[in-house]
Amino acid sequence: MDVTSSSNFPWVTVLALLPLIGTLGIMLTPRESHDTVKRVALGTSLVTLAGTVAMCLEYKTNGARFQFVQSYDWIKAFGVHYAVGVDGIALVLILMTAVLTPVIILASWHEAEDGKRGVRTFFALLLATEAIILGVFGSLDVFLFYVLFEAMLIPIYFLIGSYGGPRRSYAAVKFLLYSLAGGLLMLVAVIALFVVSAHRLKHGTFDYRALLAGDLHIGHGEQVALFLGFFIAFAIKAPLWPFHTWLPDAAAEAPTGVAVMLVGVLDKVGTFGFLRFCIPLFPWAARELAPYILGLCVTGILYGALLAIGQRDMKRLVAYSSVSHFGFIALGIFAFTTQGGSGATLYMVNHAFSTGALFLVVGFLASRRGSRMIDDFGGAAKVAPWLGAAVLVAGLSALSLPGLSTFVSEFLVLVGTFTVHRWFAVVAIFGIVLAAVYVLWMVQRTIHGPVREGIETFRDLGSREAWVIAPVLAVIVVLGIYPKPLLDAINPAVKHTFSTVRPHDPAPSVPVTLGGPR
Amino acid sequence: MQSIVGQVPGFVGATGAFDLTFLLVLIPAVSAAVLLLGGRRTNAWGHLLGCAAPIASFAIGLVLFFGLLGKNTNDRQVDQHLFSWVPAGSFHVSVSVLIDPLSAVFVLLITGVGSLIHIYSVGYMAHDPDRRRFFGELNLFVAAMLLLVLADNFLLLYVGWEGVGLASYLLIGFWSYKPTAAVAAKKAFLVNRVGDLGLSLAIMLMFTTFGSVSFRDVFDTASSAHRGTVTAIGLLLLLGACGKSAQFPLQSWLLDAMEGPTPVSALIHAATMVTAGVYLIARSHPIYDVSNDARVLVEIVGAVTLVMGAIIGCAYDDIKKVLAASTMSQIGYMMLAVGLGPGAYAIGILHLLTHGFFKANMFLGAGSVMHGMNDEVNMRRYGGLRKVMPVTFWTFAAGYLAIIGFPLTSGFFSKDKIIEAALDKGGPEGWVLGLLALAGAGLTAFYMSRLMIMTFFGNRRWAKDVHPHESPSVMTSPMVVLAVGSLVAGGLLVLGGSLQHFLTPSVGGSVEVGVHTIAPGVLTALTLVVIAGGVAAAWWLVARKPVPVEQPLNVTPVTWAARRSLYGDALNESVFMRPGAYLTRALVFFDGRGVDGAVNGFAAMVGGTSARARRSQTGFARSYALSMLAGATVVMAALMIARVG
Repeated sequence: MDVTSSSNFPWVTVLALLPLIGTLGIMLTPRESHDTVKRVALGTSLVTLAGTVAMCLEYKTNGARFQFVQSYDWIKAFGVHYAVGVDGIALVLILMTAVLTPVIILASWHEAEDGKRGVRTFFALLLATEAIILGVFGSLDVFLFYVLFEAMLIPIYFLIGSYGGPRRSYAAVKFLLYSLAGGLLMLVAVIALFVVSAHRLKHGTFDYRALLAGDLHIGHGEQVALFLGFFIAFAIKAPLWPFHTWLPDAAAEAPTGVAVMLVGVLDKVGTFGFLRFCIPLFPWAARELAPYILGLCVTGILYGALLAIGQRDMKRLVAYSSVSHFGFIALGIFAFTTQGGSGATLYMVNHAFSTGALFLVVGFLASRRGSRMIDDFGGAAKVAPWLGAAVLVAGLSALSLPGLSTFVSEFLVLVGTFTVHRWFAVVAIFGIVLAAVYVLWMVQRTIHGPVREGIETFRDLGSREAWVIAPVLAVIVVLGIYPKPLLDAINPAVKHTFSTVRPHDPAPSVPVTLGGPR
Repeated sequence: MQSIVGQVPGFVGATGAFDLTFLLVLIPAVSAAVLLLGGRRTNAWGHLLGCAAPIASFAIGLVLFFGLLGKNTNDRQVDQHLFSWVPAGSFHVSVSVLIDPLSAVFVLLITGVGSLIHIYSVGYMAHDPDRRRFFGELNLFVAAMLLLVLADNFLLLYVGWEGVGLASYLLIGFWSYKPTAAVAAKKAFLVNRVGDLGLSLAIMLMFTTFGSVSFRDVFDTASSAHRGTVTAIGLLLLLGACGKSAQFPLQSWLLDAMEGPTPVSALIHAATMVTAGVYLIARSHPIYDVSNDARVLVEIVGAVTLVMGAIIGCAYDDIKKVLAASTMSQIGYMMLAVGLGPGAYAIGILHLLTHGFFKANMFLGAGSVMHGMNDEVNMRRYGGLRKVMPVTFWTFAAGYLAIIGFPLTSGFFSKDKIIEAALDKGGPEGWVLGLLALAGAGLTAFYMSRLMIMTFFGNRRWAKDVHPHESPSVMTSPMVVLAVGSLVAGGLLVLGGSLQHFLTPSVGGSVEVGVHTIAPGVLTALTLVVIAGGVAAAWWLVARKPVPVEQPLNVTPVTWAARRSLYGDALNESVFMRPGAYLTRALVFFDGRGVDGAVNGFAAMVGGTSARARRSQTGFARSYALSMLAGATVVMAALMIARVG
């Protein structure tokens, strides 16, 4: 066993197992005892959260690059390991997952009752999803990552397909086909990576750290091919324009909680993959292709925002806004600067809460009106002021209001891009104006204006709903004022990640120390 | 000539009373949080807490102000570091507040006028069921505005900048169930966002150029940067300033913003927030000292807006919109002043302060009139209110005299100096700007006299069920205080050049120009003649015959255009909104047919027909399992080959 950090407690394994134990527990409870099932699910997710917090407290921001590492041979013949551990990027994403899962479970309290597979299966699948996602973020073996990456599809497929809206089957199948297509490409790349490592390192391996340390010197042509194999899989998952069309259908048809899990948490595996695999393993290809990818990102930022403006269905609006936001995340990643990379990582976390909040409040509105169509609303803030306030704050975080968490990450992404690719940043920044348009226009048509028919009976936020939305909004506010703890964990990891593509950020043209009189 | 370029004396760390600086922001912020999150429980005493917060900040502001006075001129920039906010590589921004002469006068303006308007609102909003929320949002505004002027770096300033924008959005839309209010709030936010693009890009360009976004680092090194870059920063900051201060070409939101309750118009859309653009330019003076091109554009924007606003103000019948147009115009004067460069910054700030008094005063007066007139805003429905609302009339009259520049009132000192400074620029630049500013003075006298006559004099044109009455003393007392300020503040501030001297560490000292284009005495006389002409014209056109209750339609094209605020909205509509709507619709169509169609085709190809796919999803799960199996087989096979190889 390999120990590279001061603590060798197997946090990742424990954290991934906790929800799995919960899943088993749920499957063992009687089918009819809905309340027990829900309590077990919520309790499990809270225990997992507590464990995650403990892990974060033990994490040393200036310590080893990967901490809490465990590595065992799994399929020795093929260099497959059970290797897990976290760097600062994985750490904050795991924390994000652990914080949001209880929220998602509480938000889904009554979602599953009409679903065709029953309440028990629903919560078991949710916890299984959490377990797999924690494993994905924690894995330090390419093969392990791939297996978990594909395994994520299964619970989400059933959650959408069995518990979703009217067009759930179509949405679930579309999601599956898209993901499978990406997964196949990645599979090819994973195999090819093994072949390459077998050639260069004498012994083929999937061990991520060995691949990093081995200095593979992959040929340029091969790098591009391998890079694209991973990249397209992640770009579909993220999703990046033009691989995004599965998202609006999947997110709109998924139950509210599942939509949060899918768009807020699970899709981050895509952008995480860019940072974890595409850039450090194939630096030459990443550098060469970055300008084209940045082009896709900027297109996606504007395209997603314009599409969001044009939506009449609130959930689809939120989904398209996420296409725009994922464009920002990838923009920061492929700018290869500390600000861009750290901003993008922080953006992943902030986006989970911001989009999560939006999906949740849209869910609250839709459950009252029995419709997701913007035209069916109007004046909700007058009859339900707390609900109106929640919609507003969620919306403001989506348009990155300074003072809220999303602003910090968006600004870092933009400034990090600006220092190296000025014009991409200048075009991308128009996305913030468009974001204000789609958010405020929706706010105006749903919660402002005269009270429409069917709205006057709206009840205000119930206590369960308040418990769902309040923590999310609190996180958005707190991280806007004090994002430093997260950034302190993220910064060193990002520096390591970019060490091969751009070891040093560009220097300012007129450094302050050379400036005028002091 | 005293050189002030690049001269930024060092900041001093905060000690003693200056450790309290952060409380200026924190007190109203906490109060806002209590009022907004406390719910109905705080209804009973919410307005009292709401008033106490800005008063407490005002008291601290006074302590700090006198603390500054007690220091040597060069030590009057005190920086309080609170905590590290955004660390990412070399990009490192902290939350720190800077109290210096410039921020100190703003603190006193914001909290002083702010406190008076809070007190007034107790009466004005007494019957509104959401009065507590009103005070919460007003406190939020005060906190954000104080953060804006106290920030010691551009990114933190940006937080305050958008914070006041948020408060403005919330308060314009305070009665959001009115569609006009909801639309106006959104419009204000969106137009400001366009300006914010400029501010954010400026900050990014600063970081790329200087490696820092703090005032001190940027200003210290501005003179050694590439001139073109500094000009770009200056222009981008100006774009931000145009949005916030409703200057051409981003002026269109301010008239609509009058949908908000009148105390909001007085505090946010007259006395403080809309002057933030002027603050930004004055604060960033080392940038404009380096880049002449950026500075000239500031002047031009100011001069154009001051005339535009004045023309629009002549045509409207809505009392609040006349005052709003007047605000645009007066901020145009301030912009012009700060665009004139070294020596004139303090004059711009002087006008900003006097305007804060007299315009807030008049807005509160307008609110008092509306209060007595069942919220009527159409001046054609007013008339003869002098007798029934004497306090309102006399206080309003004080503001009126100040804004037109009646000798020895506040506006007389500040506006005269701007006209003088513009002319003193000399050359065509000086003559054009000076004459525009002079013409603006005449127009101001005209539209303000028209407002006075239509509201307080002449025949009573009240609607049937309206019984105007004087407002309660909780409303009139703040008006009286502001009226006194309107009359004497200008004189006190220029006494012995006191404000100019005080502001020197922040914006540079005065520049003695040897020769005046026109001798000051002659110019003052000339200005007074122009003002008298404006007043006379208003009397001639408005006061001699009864004011028609219906708006006359046989008017000149200029009036016609001015009633439509010089087609600013029509332009936005045809250039941005309609093409934007078409583009969005086209993209929605494309995304459904083009991108998605291709994918669905692929899906149908893979899974047979898409209809079958919909029917049997379990079938898909099975084939998925099959494909995983196939995948695993492929992996194993490949691994074998690799090992063999």
